Amino acid sequence: MAPMLEQTEAVTAGPVPDPMLPVPYRIQRVKQETGDTFTLEILPEDPSQGFTFAPGQFNMLYVFGVGEVPISISSDPGNVPLLKHTTRVVGTVTKAMRQLKRGEVMGIRGPFGSHWPVEEATGRDVVIVAGGIGLAPLRPALYRLMAERSKFRRIVLLYGTRTPEDMLYRHELERWRGKFDLEIQVTVDRAASTWRGNVGVVTTMIGRAPFDPSNTLAMLCGPEIMMRFTVMELLKRGVAAECVYLSAERNMKCGIGFCGHCQYGPTFVCKDGPVFALPSIAAILGKSEI
Amino acid sequence: MIQTTLEPILREHPFFQGMEEQHIRLIAGCSKNVRFAAGEVIFREGDPADHFYLIREGLVSVQFVIPHDGLTTVQTVGGGEVLGWSWLFPPYRWHFDARAQQATHALAFDGKCLRAKCDEDHDLGYDIYKRFMQVVTERLEATRLQLLDMYGTHA
Ligand SMILES: Cc1cc2nc3c(=O)[nH]c(=O)nc-3n(C[C@H](O)[C@H](O)[C@H](O)COP(=O)(O)OP(=O)(O)OC[C@H]3O[C@@H](n4cnc5c(N)ncnc54)[C@H](O)[C@@H]3O)c2cc1C
Ligand code: FES
Repeated sequence: MAPMLEQTEAVTAGPVPDPMLPVPYRIQRVKQETGDTFTLEILPEDPSQGFTFAPGQFNMLYVFGVGEVPISISSDPGNVPLLKHTTRVVGTVTKAMRQLKRGEVMGIRGPFGSHWPVEEATGRDVVIVAGGIGLAPLRPALYRLMAERSKFRRIVLLYGTRTPEDMLYRHELERWRGKFDLEIQVTVDRAASTWRGNVGVVTTMIGRAPFDPSNTLAMLCGPEIMMRFTVMELLKRGVAAECVYLSAERNMKCGIGFCGHCQYGPTFVCKDGPVFALPSIAAILGKSEI
Repeated sequence: MIQTTLEPILREHPFFQGMEEQHIRLIAGCSKNVRFAAGEVIFREGDPADHFYLIREGLVSVQFVIPHDGLTTVQTVGGGEVLGWSWLFPPYRWHFDARAQQATHALAFDGKCLRAKCDEDHDLGYDIYKRFMQVVTERLEATRLQLLDMYGTHA
């Protein structure tokens, strides 16, 4: 149980606020992104409350009287303390969260977890593979990459969704495509005959995507089965396993390595993850419950 | 000599990568360059499947009519990919529609011509069938993932 103690000490040491105590944030805007997905834009009630985070980290969002869920931060790390969280309605808490209105208050704990290795991508091609809601945790990494575009070689975003209507951040992606040197390929599982883009699973795009596998850093987030198949295609193309990073989702409670809810062997997804290099997560990938 | 001009194109296309020279020469005689305008129908479900296509540039939609949803695209095939394998197996009829989504440049292969060459030269036949098996396997895998609706409730 050593990792638990280490984490507890690390988090509680110094003037850091109690990581178990939610900080009140007020909702500035509720944006419906797709049929079942929405984004909350929030600001701390106390304007002196600072907040910094790294792309890929998550917060615990507390809907008072209902419960708390881990949700990735999907906003620009260079534009804090405004935070955005893009959430898909699946159950009790996310349903209640969707009912919240502008001006209402919710609790935030965080940021928690590991982050995307954006700095390590310097001088390399970057391939980002997102599936469905998986684009949300990757968006902060994209903001970072765009902010320092010249540091990186090719940047390729491969994004798969169920239908064109399920695409997240459509306008923003269009704007980026026009403004930066960014290759964006979107594919959907099925579409009406009026759709002019790709149809097929996102894994089928990897073989032909424009990147140099010997000098590429890949970041993946999406349904686990998508990530498993994406990993296979990336390795087949010649990308080294240690250059592949992915974000894992597991049920969580404390978010700080305390309760063991997200533990798999010696690994705590909440603090060792959610972003892992492939070699350190290969054993977890494909295990449905831990 | 159309054949000689098409041989380099065949050699470069990912689908025929690594194919022996004598086989490239044999199949070049069954192929021709074709272009489809955006929106043009390439073939329709039920029509005789007497060709297959190596897409060089552009995008082709594979479509079905799905009750209630109407004409639905279930796959797109782009540059470097192959369109159609119904020419390989009886009853040699297409099982879906194909329509150029964008202006598309392809090599069309005469299925009958190629089947005859495969019957004559089994080494060629084995090579061609292996390449198509790979495509069919990849397609089956992709279809399984699509059927899982993985971005839906399993996301
Ligand atoms: C590190 C991390 C980051 C996350 N980031 C995001 C994010 O940015 N946006 C987002 O929408 N979600 C994200 N999630 C998932 C989110 O935490 C869950 O969807 C949420 O906890 C569900 O809570 P609930 O009370 O609404 O559903 P519950 O009532 O707990 O569950 C209702 C039903 O939904 C199913 N369910 C639970 N969790 C998931 C899930 N993750 N995916 C699909 N079905 C699920 C349950 O099996 C159950 O059938 C993240 C999870 C983790 C661990
Ligand atoms: S240990 Fe509590 S959620 Fe990870």
